[in-house]
Amino acid sequence: MRTVQGTIERTIRGRAKGGETSASSIAFLVVLWLSIVFALVFLAVLIVTTIIDGWNRLDSRLFTEYPASNPEDAGARPAILGSLWVIGTTAFMTIPLGVAAAIHLEEFADRNNWFNRFIEVNVQNLAAIPAVIYGMLTLAALGLFGVTNKNMVWVGALALSMLILPVVIIATRESLRAVPEEIRQGSLAVGATPLQTVLRNTLPGAVPGIATGSILALSRALGEAAPLLLLGGLVFLSFDPNGLMSGYTTMPIQIFNWTGRPQEGFHELAAAASVLLLVMLLAMNALAIAIRNRYQQRW
Amino acid sequence: MNPIDTTEAAARADTFEAAREYRPPVLDCDSVSIFYDDFLAVHDVNFGCGDNEITALIGPSGCGKSTVLRSFNRMNDLIEGARVEGTISYHGEDIYHSDVDAIEVRRRIGMVFQKPNPFPKSIYDNIAYGPRVNGFKVDSMDDLVEEALTKAALWDEVKDKLKQSAFGLSGGQQQRLCIARTIAVRPEVILMDEPCSALDPIATLRIEDLMHELRSDYTIVIVTHNMQQAARVADKTAFFTAEAHEVTGDRTGVLVEFGDTAQIFESPVDKRTEDYISGRFG
Ligand SMILES: Nc1ncnc2c1ncn2[C@@H]1O[C@H](COP(=O)(O)OP(=O)(O)OP(=O)(O)O)[C@@H](O)[C@H]1O
Ligand SMILES: [Mg+2]
Repeated sequence: MRTVQGTIERTIRGRAKGGETSASSIAFLVVLWLSIVFALVFLAVLIVTTIIDGWNRLDSRLFTEYPASNPEDAGARPAILGSLWVIGTTAFMTIPLGVAAAIHLEEFADRNNWFNRFIEVNVQNLAAIPAVIYGMLTLAALGLFGVTNKNMVWVGALALSMLILPVVIIATRESLRAVPEEIRQGSLAVGATPLQTVLRNTLPGAVPGIATGSILALSRALGEAAPLLLLGGLVFLSFDPNGLMSGYTTMPIQIFNWTGRPQEGFHELAAAASVLLLVMLLAMNALAIAIRNRYQQRW
Repeated sequence: MNPIDTTEAAARADTFEAAREYRPPVLDCDSVSIFYDDFLAVHDVNFGCGDNEITALIGPSGCGKSTVLRSFNRMNDLIEGARVEGTISYHGEDIYHSDVDAIEVRRRIGMVFQKPNPFPKSIYDNIAYGPRVNGFKVDSMDDLVEEALTKAALWDEVKDKLKQSAFGLSGGQQQRLCIARTIAVRPEVILMDEPCSALDPIATLRIEDLMHELRSDYTIVIVTHNMQQAARVADKTAFFTAEAHEVTGDRTGVLVEFGDTAQIFESPVDKRTEDYISGRFG
């Protein structure tokens, strides 16, 4: 018993930064640990209760059925397909634009120019703006151009694109910056133009980081409901979304809708759909981590 | 030069040495001063690098060797505020003339850096990169890659793993790869900035041997901190030092002495050269 206690004590003391052994620093350390434990327990309880709630509805009906007024007959098929459509379109719109913007800022823009510095600061700021603002922005833009039918895949993708564009730009810039200057110099020294240097050398070296950052950004967009709710995404769909102009709903919207219904059956459905969404998010994050570990360039 | 001189020269050109005297320098500095913004880094440098010669630039740290070397292939253009005054000519043509394309200058005047900097690509693609970006029309890229690697004395070591990442090579191999990469774009001049400073003695000797071999095909300019290395490889040596300006106190690099390596090392004319060579300074 005494040795166990001794071990614990040594561990605590050893872990305390700089070998701090005073009572107050150990107390502080314990508070930090408790914070972590609290967060983890909270998360675990949330996940477990959601799984328990949705367990009975985690079956094939979730994937095959359309929303219905009777919870027993309802499923999330259009929402799942809608999410895939919207996220796919978002990726298509955001990644080329974000990467191009990052290349410009990082490799070509004159850093001493006040305008470029202004843009840089604002890209950072935009990444911190609440998602719902982007919904409002899209709404306003649509109004300006007189688009009345807002429930279209490309409109939702547009709002989510604006939401994650700054994140993609920042991630890309960081991966470009990680490519050592010597690589660029080596490329220029064999007679490559600056553009060739970026496209054939710097950018390929940065791809793993860009992929990781983009996937994480897209997974954020996948879980986002607020901007799409503003854009009238809340609908009963009895068809599969099948194109950019198609009407759509997404999983977070569907979940939001079901949670608001009085019937207990819909709450179960919402829990089941939440579990599915969670699995999709985890899969995307796992993919991002796998890409990072597998292809990350150690310079 | 009148025609009679030329015939005389031809008559005297029985020996290789004599013929060499009549070749104009490939790279020539005429009153070259180099600035970083307002800071005068190098002042009034005059010397030339001859065809098929190895020229060593030596001198204490901060005397502007790298600065001069970078100005030879316009790598200085990439540094904000860097500016060259005077004339640097390549075969008599001012490389800083507004009609001259810096990209073309860099293809003809290649550069090997202090730290080996292979691209994050396969060994093969590292070599093929230069010919590709320059739009070379080659019958067989494989042959070109083999030729460049052979010239850089690396072929035998890597011929079985051309598709593997260049990062898997040792430091010395990586540096020879960088030399091969430079050779692959068929430059006439190769600039090397302390190419061996990150390598062990054996790898260093291999690179020195390689320089001797390359000498017959290329004009080589090398910056080195290693006096023995300069004595071993170079035909000509330029000794630089940094002197504090009387008024501003800025340490500006100047060319103290330039001449045959043997002369610089055995009978330096300038006291400062002698002190540096004999290790009393720097
Ligand atoms: N990019 C730069 N911007 C501003 N000043 C520079 C830059 N590069 C070099 N200098 C300055 O120019 C002077 C010459 O530097 P340089 O690197 O050419 O010296 P060097 O002889 O190559 O030294 P070393 O032997 O240490 O490599 C130094 O005073 C240095 O501080
Ligand atoms: Mg240097």
